[in-house]
Order: sequence, then C-alpha cells, then structure tokens
Amino acid sequence: MLQQLEGSRAVAETVARCRPEVVCAYPISPQTHIIEAIGAMVKDGRLAPCEFINVESEYAAMSVSIGASAAGARTYTATASQGLLFMIEAVYNAAGLGLPVVMTLANRAIGAPINIWNDHSDAMAVRDAGWIQLFAETNQEAADLHVQAFRLAETLSVPVMVCMDGFILTHAVEAVDLIDQAVVDSFLPPYEPRQVLDPDDPVSIGAMVGPEAFEEVRYLAHLRQLDALELIPEVAEEFAALTGRVSGGLLHPYRLEDADTVIVAMGSVLGTIKDAVDARRGAGERVGVLGVTAFRPFPVAAVADALAGARRVIVVEKAFSLGMGGVLATDVATASPASGHDLATVVAGLGGRPITRRDVEGILERSAQGTLPRLSFLNLDDDVVARERARMAASRRSGPFAENVLRDLATGGAHR
Amino acid sequence: MTETRVHFYQVGSFAVGNRLLSDADRTVQASRERTNSLDSGHRACQGCGEALGARYALDAAMRATGGRLVAVNATGCLEVFSTPFPETSWRIAWLHSLFGNAPAVATGVAAALRAKGRDDVRVVGQAGDGGTVDIGFGALSGMFERNDDVLFICYDNEGYMNTGVQRSAATPPTARTATSEAVGVDPGNVFGQGKDLPRIAMAHDIPYVATATVADLHDLERKVERAMTFHGARYLHVLVPCPLGWGAASADTVRLARLAAESGFFPVFEAEHGVVTGVRRIRRRVGVEEYLRPQRRFAHLFSGPGRPDLVARLQALADANVERYGLAPQEE
Repeated sequence: MLQQLEGSRAVAETVARCRPEVVCAYPISPQTHIIEAIGAMVKDGRLAPCEFINVESEYAAMSVSIGASAAGARTYTATASQGLLFMIEAVYNAAGLGLPVVMTLANRAIGAPINIWNDHSDAMAVRDAGWIQLFAETNQEAADLHVQAFRLAETLSVPVMVCMDGFILTHAVEAVDLIDQAVVDSFLPPYEPRQVLDPDDPVSIGAMVGPEAFEEVRYLAHLRQLDALELIPEVAEEFAALTGRVSGGLLHPYRLEDADTVIVAMGSVLGTIKDAVDARRGAGERVGVLGVTAFRPFPVAAVADALAGARRVIVVEKAFSLGMGGVLATDVATASPASGHDLATVVAGLGGRPITRRDVEGILERSAQGTLPRLSFLNLDDDVVARERARMAASRRSGPFAENVLRDLATGGAHR
Repeated sequence: MTETRVHFYQVGSFAVGNRLLSDADRTVQASRERTNSLDSGHRACQGCGEALGARYALDAAMRATGGRLVAVNATGCLEVFSTPFPETSWRIAWLHSLFGNAPAVATGVAAALRAKGRDDVRVVGQAGDGGTVDIGFGALSGMFERNDDVLFICYDNEGYMNTGVQRSAATPPTARTATSEAVGVDPGNVFGQGKDLPRIAMAHDIPYVATATVADLHDLERKVERAMTFHGARYLHVLVPCPLGWGAASADTVRLARLAAESGFFPVFEAEHGVVTGVRRIRRRVGVEEYLRPQRRFAHLFSGPGRPDLVARLQALADANVERYGLAPQEE
C-alpha cells in the first residue's frame, strides 16, 4: 500500500521490519530522523527484542555495532558526513573482522567549510574500507535496499552501507510502499553468524596477522566483494519476485539502447537526469543514463557492457578527489579502458548545490558540441574564484578563504 | 585485658606466607579448577605484571560467572603477546577490535546478549592504561554513564609500553619515558598532569570501582568476584609493574607493586556507587624512595647529587593519598 512518508521514516519502518537486535544512535544531520523513529519503536515495544543504545560518538556507534555483531546480533546504525569520518577506524575494522553490520549513510558534504547539505564526499572517503556500498535513487529504493542489505551482509559476512542523499531523500515526503513484515521474514532468515563470541565454543577474534598471512586475509575479503557482484543481482531479482519492485541490483540502465552519449551518475540526481534525457530523446538525440547502484563492489564488467555502444561518457558526480578529479569517473574509466570514448567528468551538486534538468541538458549540449572539458565543475562562479585568487596574490594575510568568498558574494564582489 | 596481636611476616617481604594461611586462603598457581583463561606460552616479557594481573582477574571472573564470560580487549601488550596467531593464549571467548574502542565494543557484546536473553553470560573489557585513560577514555566514560553491564579492567603499567615506553596520562610525575625524557631542569614527566581514573570512574556513580595490585592477588580476585555481584558498569584499576618500561628487575614485579601500595603512592581501595567503602591499609609504611630507587625510570632522582626536592614532592603525593583514603597503618 502506497503511503506518503518521509524518506527517513520509510527507512526506519523498513529497518524495524528487518528485526535488528541492536541499534546504536548518535545524532548527526541528516540521518537523525531515522534513528529517532527507530528509538521510539524500541521504547514503545513495537520493535522487540531490540537494544537501542544512545552512544557518545559515532566512533562508539560503530564500535558498539562491532561488539554486538560479533556476539551474534543483527546490528544497525546510521550516520553521515563528519560522523562517518569520526568512526572511520571502526568502519574499516567492522569490514576487516567480517561483521555484517548494516548502516544507512545519509550522504552529506564534509567540512571544512562545514556544510550539512548533500553530496557524496562522505561515501567516497570510505570507498576502500571493505563495505558494500549501495546508492539509492528514490525513497522507495532506499527503504527496499535495507532489506536486501541485511540479506547480503549476513550471507557474505560483509558490512553493507546504504547510501541515500541527505535531505533530498531523507527529508523528502514521497509515496512509498512499505514492505510487509511477512515478506521480510520470508526474505530474511534469522542471522546465523560464521563466527560468534560464545562461552560454549570460545574463539579468539581479532588476532594480529603478520606478513605471512595478511595478504591472503585481505584477498579473501576482496573475494567476498567479488562474490557480492554475483549475489547483489540475485538478491534484487528475488526481491522483485516477492514485491514486484525493481530495487537494487548493480546498475540502473535507462534508455541505453542505441545511445551514443551516456551519463553515469549515482543517487537521487538520476531522476533529474532521466527527465533531461527524455527531453533530449524527444529532440531526437541518442542519449541514455547509467545509474550505478553498487559502487562497492564496483561492477566493472557490467559497466563495460552497458557502455559498450557509447561514444561519449559523461560522469556526473557529487564528489571529487582534490588534485585529481572524479572518483566514480576513475572507476568508470577502469571499466572500459580500451574503448577510447570521450570520458568527461562533471563535478556537480557539491554541498547541496542544486542540479537542475536545465543543467543536465546544458551538459549534454556541450558534450554534443565537443566543448565539455575532461573535468569541469557545474555552475562554478569563476568570477568569485578569480577575485579570491587576486586577494590571495595581493596580500599574504588574505584571511580565511571560505569566509572571504561568502563576504564577496554578500557584497557583490565589492569586498577587497 | 590487653590483647597482643601476632604478626606472621616472612622475612623481608612482610607478606603472609602460604604455610601460615588456611587452605581456603592459600594462593594456588595451578589447579584443575583453574580456567587458565590466559594460558601459558604467550609472549609476554619475563616478570610481566599485566600477564599476571590478567590471568588472575579473568580466572576469578570465570569462577564468579561459572565460565559464562566474554572478554573484549583493546590493542596493546596484552593483545599482542597473547595472540600470535595461529597460537592464542585465550581459553575464553575473546574479541579484539581497536585501541580506543574496547569499552564500546564491550557495550555492544552486552547489548547483544541482553537482546538474545542471554543474561547468564557476562562481559569483561580490558585495556592497558593508554587504552583506558587516554585513547579509550571517551568510550569508557560513555559506557560508565550508560551504566552498561560491563566490568572494565585497566592494567595500569603507567605508560605506552607496547609502542616503546611513551608517556600516558597515567605516567607518574618525574618518571622517565621515551616522550618524557630525563633531561633538563625538570627531568621526566611533569607534575600536575595526568588523570586519576578510579576517582573519575567514581564520579560517574557506577555501582563498583576498585583498585588493586599484583602484589595481593587474593585482593584482586576478591574484587573481581565482588564486581561480578553487581550489574551495570564496574571498573577495576590494577597496578601492573612493567620490568621493561620501569627499568626494573623481572623478579621485582610483585615487590614493586607491594612497595607502590605500602608507600601510599598507589592507593588500594574500593567504592560502591561513588562512595569509598573499603581501603587496604598499609601494613608497614615505607617512604616513596624505597619504591622509586629500584626503577631506572626514576634513576635521575638519585644519581649524583640527586633531586631530593622532587622526591619530596612525590612523597607529598603519597602522603596525600594516605590522608585521602585513610591508608595509615592501624594503631598497634
């Protein structure tokens, strides 16, 4: 039954139906509504048995999750941005120990300058941690991905991060069909750990591993990621058979047939891009979209297949590696290194800057004209940048540059 | 009528020997009843106080819980020397995650057990002083504040011994470490810094806080057993001399732990719900110099003209402990 629900509420209701036994919470926007809703469900007894723990930091949130998961409990937490960075040591540790924690990442920019709005910098910062990272396009998919996430995590003994755009999805009220409890129960069997802290069968978990075995242990973790490449589509298909909904999987291809220009992107911006593509298709242009749902493991072969017919590939991404360029774009380039097609990266939507259908159509126009550079920044105010560069050149003590830019904007460039 | 109390002190050590004790009070190193939670064959240094303390604390916890125990370990000497895989010295369920998160991981284990209705299984967290008073402090305070059902044991050897003897917030003033060098006008660690974690733990009003040393293993065992009669957050701070880091003879570990207590430099007490309920009074009070001299980390206090001024300040710290906790020997 479709309901009008805030994205966070839809996720909270869905997570509750997955019957987590331990949920850790530390507030950080924009994920707070999720854990608030779960906390209320635990407190009023709707979600039981479940321990809801208000921890003192994100580092503790992931650490409590590690302990709970190692003791055999289905474990969930949520975070964003600085919170993810604060727990990063434990994020790596959960993956290294092979603990199937599920975490929602309400994607948000990373400071400085501090910014609470959406981009994908946080997810990119833990790209190599050993977590499966799935990006939701809509609130419906965000909710559905959590059910699949527990299944994937517990089957493979790998933690899973469900990434959903902060505010754009978490705070948007949309029609969502909440999954039935009975469907979840049939899809998600009780968690059977590969390793567990049990006084009746004591094991040591987390021993030191030296050079004689470290590479093999890490390689085994890599193989589990490769296993995930097989399992993610299977789980999505099984989910579709039960619910009739296409959620998850490795990729979301859209109008790729005969497309010679393909935009690759992740998350909620795909909706806008699809609208733009529909408009350009209407004008007779052969354009398509490739949505990447599984960012880690990265589906190299599937992306290569999907892009095989494309002459031009444009990666629109909400993050970049300073001093280098696109992050997703680098992976996309790896997926088809020999194709020779023109690969452009457009960094867009940083810190919550809107990406409109007009913007996307503009990107496609420049690409068609051959004027889209290999790396560009959407709607970058070159004048503001030039004026701050001039201030920095004019005076050693030019001051904090973020504040200078804001003052510059407020004074219409009059600030010296 | 006047009563004369008889002291049965061994020569030199002033400890009561086994032969003078009842069977129940005797110290038995090896027995079939012992879990040997931390088994032999580990890689600890000769005379390691931490290995001794952990072995007795965990075996006592195993006895107190009928063997229903899970241990969570911070990174540090205890973790490194016990698990050179494929060998492990742990005969109990044991998890090591990170350096700074052992209290939170222990909280997670306890939460999982509670959610699963396993109220028969108890949780112990353990770390060295670095993992407790410094990098793990936030997580520990959070665990205390929530009153999570965890006994956390700090094996305090007063420095980062695993990384090569650096200063921690538990390093005493004047002690030489690799980052508080014995040079300059104020050699060694400075005065007026550091954390008194047992008192900080008490300020959380948790059910049980105690200190102990490896000089009195029965006292340590009794405190572990006492801790296990409570639910909620409990804290045990055990002084464990480190021959390597302290520059002391391996054979002197127990003697130094005893001198630390008998000088008042390390107060041995216990507290319930934030109130001191018992102290281990000093039997034969010694000056701090007797405790400090055998340790090379304090050698700069005694070489050449020495630094009687600094020794006097250390003595004042010990005197303050004796005063604060009422540790003075009982009137004869």
